[in-house]
Amino acid sequence: MNMEGYSPEMRKLIEIVEETRPERLRRKYRKFSLKERKELVSKWHPDYRSDTKRRLRIGPCRGEIVYSEIADLLEAWPLIEPDSIDLSRIDYDVEILVVGGGGAGAAAALWAYYSGVKPEDILLVTKLRFGDANTVKARTGIQAADRAEDSPILHYLDTMGGGHFVNKPELVKALVSDAPLIIKWLEDLGFIFDKTPSGDMIEYAGGGACRRRLHCARDCTGLELMRVIKDEVINVGIPVLEYSPAIELLTDPETSAVSGAILLNLETEEYLVVCAKVTILATGGCGRLHAVGFPTTNHYGATADGIVLGYRVGAKLRDMDTLQFHPTGAAWPEAIRGELVPEKTRSLGGQLVNIKGEMFVYELEPRDVVASAIIRECAEGRGVITPTGAHGVWLDTPLIEELRGSGTIKKELPALYRMFIRQGIDITEDPILVFPTLHYQNGGIEIDSYGRALAPNGKPIPGLFVAGEVTGGVHGRNRLVGNSLADILVFGRRAGINAAKVAVSISSKPKLSLNHLKAYMEELKRIGIPRTKRAPILLPDYRGEKVLLRSVRVF
Amino acid sequence: MGKAYEVPEGLTIMKALEYAGFRFIRGSGCRGGFCGACGVIYRSPGEYKLRVGLACQTTVKDGMHLAILPYSPMVKPIYRIDKLKPDLGTILKYFPEIVRCVSCNSCTKACPQDLEVMEAIQAIRQNDIARAANLIFDCIMCGLCSTRCPADIRHPYLFQLVRRLYGKHLLSRARHVELRVKEIVEGRWEAEFSKLMKMSVEELRKLYTERKIEGGEK
Ligand SMILES: Cc1cc2nc3c(=O)[nH]c(=O)nc-3n(C[C@H](O)[C@H](O)[C@H](O)COP(=O)(O)OP(=O)(O)OC[C@H]3O[C@@H](n4cnc5c(N)ncnc54)[C@H](O)[C@@H]3O)c2cc1C
Ligand code: SF4
Ligand code: SF4
Ligand code: FES
Repeated sequence: MNMEGYSPEMRKLIEIVEETRPERLRRKYRKFSLKERKELVSKWHPDYRSDTKRRLRIGPCRGEIVYSEIADLLEAWPLIEPDSIDLSRIDYDVEILVVGGGGAGAAAALWAYYSGVKPEDILLVTKLRFGDANTVKARTGIQAADRAEDSPILHYLDTMGGGHFVNKPELVKALVSDAPLIIKWLEDLGFIFDKTPSGDMIEYAGGGACRRRLHCARDCTGLELMRVIKDEVINVGIPVLEYSPAIELLTDPETSAVSGAILLNLETEEYLVVCAKVTILATGGCGRLHAVGFPTTNHYGATADGIVLGYRVGAKLRDMDTLQFHPTGAAWPEAIRGELVPEKTRSLGGQLVNIKGEMFVYELEPRDVVASAIIRECAEGRGVITPTGAHGVWLDTPLIEELRGSGTIKKELPALYRMFIRQGIDITEDPILVFPTLHYQNGGIEIDSYGRALAPNGKPIPGLFVAGEVTGGVHGRNRLVGNSLADILVFGRRAGINAAKVAVSISSKPKLSLNHLKAYMEELKRIGIPRTKRAPILLPDYRGEKVLLRSVRVF
Repeated sequence: MGKAYEVPEGLTIMKALEYAGFRFIRGSGCRGGFCGACGVIYRSPGEYKLRVGLACQTTVKDGMHLAILPYSPMVKPIYRIDKLKPDLGTILKYFPEIVRCVSCNSCTKACPQDLEVMEAIQAIRQNDIARAANLIFDCIMCGLCSTRCPADIRHPYLFQLVRRLYGKHLLSRARHVELRVKEIVEGRWEAEFSKLMKMSVEELRKLYTERKIEGGEK
């Protein structure tokens, strides 16, 4: 079987797409009414299936319903035995500990520094290399309402509507009000935005947004973002520790405030103790849990560690019963299955088409609506089945060249073009097969507009700030494209600034304990969780079954 | 790695190694061709050439010999971007080695992003920062070009400086962004926000449904 390019059978199906293209060129599919959207989503989206989730049996949000893969992590034993950890030997003693080397963590570290904390008093720790994160993969852009035709008010409405109106209003206001400021900050740092010669931003349309509001750096906005802010973190001299994930938070036995973390050096397997006046959790999302068996767009380290750590110190979780499935992940070839086909492909005019060459959804509906429509087409037999048995519908990329002139794809979507040409498919000539892929954690640890982690009683957990994809509340139950990059920088910045204020106000050195963990373990014991279940998992395990069955642990 | 493993057809080198039983700590990052964590050096069957690529983007072939190169040792110079002039002089101060380029084109051949790496080095030497920045815009900083460069040039960091000089000093600033920031700081939208934030979901939903979509349906 040829695993690259298209098989002759698939070529035949492509001819059908080509046949209907001239007629579709002149048409847009109608928009669904709110009622139609609701019907579609409730029937087909994994968020609405009852077999994908369960009730939590432990911790501050006991009784709430979350995705089963998340419940598995929360109902699990820690990696360490608290009594065998020596907390008297402190390896790093800092003002501010930032956990996570993605966009939110880097922004938090920088803004703590801008707010007067000395670089050597900050420590940024991360699981893989600094910048190996979901941020580097972001393709489409950043939302900020900064054109005269647009306003923060419209951005607010779009965000609330997209999130099904359950977003936390104070967070949405912070998001849309600070976003233009973030764009200006990035310009100051030397970020290369798509601009007209006079310097105006070229802004693109995105699903669910009523104005063109996406600021882009070609189709690798996240790459440019990560490159620039990482460079700046290193330039200002903030120490960075790679391959050293946090595996537990520490708390002060007297005040219960978070007072640092235990890290694990992944390469030597030794633990390290960090004492910090303030800790900022910025560990990103959970795509690598492969909820409901979906492939994912996320980076290798997206395993929800922050949720586990935060929950064990009493943080409130919200909206963990919803995940974002990006409507268009690559469904073929197998080598890139699950990887993102960015929304910009649809913003530029790429239409979604079923096996009969028919449109079935307006391509810029909100993501949950488009994803549901694709799942429906496939479930009802109007999708294409690939040689490896995956389902997909066509995304008609050559249409973009017809609509906007030849050369548009290579200019506007160079990374996508490259990803497919490496696999023997020229997307300027042939359409591609797509199917929803696990993309984004809509919910997470609830924060307030200062970036403080909240407990279920609505009060902040002292010493703990949280920023980025690991948080909940900003996007409600569904995030719009471009709102996450805005979110991680807006709230990374807020967390950094406010953490700096708190750090300055604390004069004494915090004390360290794992008391919170011991209490949590009591609960685990009480409900009878087997000792073999442990979290955080840190990295997914993709080793082949045959190997795992015969594995002998020596080292 | 000098040892044979059997894996299914069509996998990337990264997935093939995992299937064979390897578990990555180094050498796997984004898994989508964006972070440069997964450099790999290989020879294909029947080919004398030593090639480099990305393990997450290269499909494994029968008989391929390979090794993962998860890190290219090199030091990044420290600078304050706002204090620098966007010209060759600045670049030479931090990367004097670029004058040693022998135009061998090995860097271009190594680049998994198919960038015109040597061209970019030439453009920098001709003091054409804008052209260089555009040529290497898609650099994922994998450092594979540097491992092949006889002049020991540190391309990833060199290009990072070039891009930031261009973005900071040569691109015009967006006036409309500055204006909007000023409005927000002055509280221009506060009254409207307070109204919105007090609204019931029904009222918000109505506003949301009735809002006009720019360039909307025909
Ligand atoms: C393919 C793709 C495309 C996207 N496109 C867009 C887009 O166009 N626009 C948009 O707005 N959003 C987009 N997103 C979403 C957006 O990129 C992410 O939500 C956002 O970047 C998350 O930033 P973060 O800093 O919170 O997390 P990340 O960037 O994922 O960073 C988290 C960091 O924490 C580290 N970490 C994890 N656990 C630990 C631990 N235990 N200890 C220490 N460190 C840890 C990770 O290794 C990582 O470095 C996209 C996402 C993906 C995957
Ligand atoms: S220019 Fe060099 S560092 Fe950049 S992507 Fe190409 S090979 Fe990698
Ligand atoms: S490999 Fe080095 S010496 Fe050769 S062309 Fe590239 S930069 Fe110049
Ligand atoms: S893992 Fe990031 S480029 Fe391969």
